[in-house]
Amino acid sequence: MAEREQKRRTAPERKTDEVAEEAPQTSERGEEIKADIDDLLDEIDDVLETNAEDFVRSYVQKGGQ
Amino acid sequence: MAITKICGIETEYGIVHRGVAESNPVSASSLLINAYVSELAVTAAASSPSVGWDFEDESPGRDARGSAPADAAPPEVETHLVNAVLTNGARFYVDHAHPEISSPECADARSVVIFDRAAEVIIGRAMAAAGRMLPSGQELVVHKNNSDGKGNSYGCHENYLMDRAVPFGRIVTAATTHFVTRQIFTGAGKVGVEASGQGGDDDVTYQLSQRADFFEAEVGLETTLKRPIVNTRDEPHADAQRYRRLHVIAGDANLAEVATFLKVGTTAIILAMVEDEVLDRTLAIRNPVAAIRAVSHDPGLARTIETVDGVAMTALEVQFELLDRAKKWAEDRGMESVGPDVGAEVLRRWEQVLTGLETDPDSVAGQVDWVAKRRLIDGWTERHDTSWSDHRVAALALQYHDLRPERSLAGRLGLERITTDAEVARGVTEPPTDTRAYFRGRCLAKFASSIVAANWDSLVFDVGSEPLRRVPMMEPSRGTEAHVGRLLDECSTPAELVARLSS
Repeated sequence: MAEREQKRRTAPERKTDEVAEEAPQTSERGEEIKADIDDLLDEIDDVLETNAEDFVRSYVQKGGQ
Repeated sequence: MAITKICGIETEYGIVHRGVAESNPVSASSLLINAYVSELAVTAAASSPSVGWDFEDESPGRDARGSAPADAAPPEVETHLVNAVLTNGARFYVDHAHPEISSPECADARSVVIFDRAAEVIIGRAMAAAGRMLPSGQELVVHKNNSDGKGNSYGCHENYLMDRAVPFGRIVTAATTHFVTRQIFTGAGKVGVEASGQGGDDDVTYQLSQRADFFEAEVGLETTLKRPIVNTRDEPHADAQRYRRLHVIAGDANLAEVATFLKVGTTAIILAMVEDEVLDRTLAIRNPVAAIRAVSHDPGLARTIETVDGVAMTALEVQFELLDRAKKWAEDRGMESVGPDVGAEVLRRWEQVLTGLETDPDSVAGQVDWVAKRRLIDGWTERHDTSWSDHRVAALALQYHDLRPERSLAGRLGLERITTDAEVARGVTEPPTDTRAYFRGRCLAKFASSIVAANWDSLVFDVGSEPLRRVPMMEPSRGTEAHVGRLLDECSTPAELVARLSS
């Protein structure tokens, strides 16, 4: 409990640092993501809707609840 | 003392009829449902679930605050559109130009996840069935999302059974705090912003929630305009003297099973804590409408919101505080009301996900939709040496929600499962065993041709002789397998069933 309190008080400061690091896409974290889902991305390009841009542009729904 | 948190989930899906000049969402939704129902009639051993809906007890205009403001617009009941009651106890129907599936009543959050996934399977089969009926070049495409990205939203609602004796104001305070901050793990992720001109953030690249932009009031009866964070629809579908049904409209439809599990599981715990009077007002949010957007518009999770006492906290800090209080509540009072094993699993995963979000958000990409979607887009833009402003990013984000198995992106991201394929397959046709949905589902499977109408709290039988017989089901925890399983096994005709029920 006490440990968590401590962690939480310091959390916002740390987060600000993380946000700053996210901006350049060449960060180490970015490289990790790339390696991790590379195979997945191969497959995703195959299943992406043809004319995906047109599809999303014409995607209009009626408002619901 | 907290009562059993019987709960359910209702999802309005996005729908497009491709290959026609103009896609009509109402006829497309009707076609989708009719295609599913007519294929069932051909293939199933049981008779088709083409049972009418009984609107006698529908009263969506009733307000939990006692009286509604004069300008409130109560939702209308649409009685003429397609309605099917399924043998799993769910309702599959057309609502506001969208196909909607309302899950059967479930006894705990894990059961809700099973029936939410079963609903996806039903939609998948319905799309395939419609495809076989349509001319070539046409198809119905259904998305499990809550926004078209152009300012139109549709809902994924949750329902929780609550003790009528609890003052509604206390529910509002606690629920609002949770709904504003739970987005950090329930958000399905949205590219861009749809609340422009309403103060602040017009330049949001990516936000946590599909839905947060659409809330304009703190409390109210509306669901389609001026949407409130806490909805006051007072329609218990149960004994109104004893129960209320909290109708929650402030949630995203999730593709990640853990997100659905935590959305329902943590909310059930918070509401049980309200019933046990262990939540005070210290976490009440000062300006909830601004706060729900502020939290959603901040994927860095660093922004603070203010409590009524003037304390500034991040959503993550509020959630950690709620978790601490929930753990203490569980120790002191036990978790009978949310299912002890499921409750313990909710607490464990709640802590895991909050800790992950705090230390390394990407570590919960298998559990939290907005993180999974962001990771997908990050990887894809890097692969194609482009940026989030690329028009194709919006297409990628939309296709995350596509329910066609061959097109689904969420289905390819390795999201963690907490259900098994066998459980989900069973949930497509069989009801939960531990709520009144069991009675509804079994009756529909066995006596569909004699059931003239169904509703959440009644079934109307035609037993061959006048008059029609209405069987009330006002107690959601009765009509379970333990309660009526043997009776249903033994009765070979609906007349026998009705006679034995009334004796």
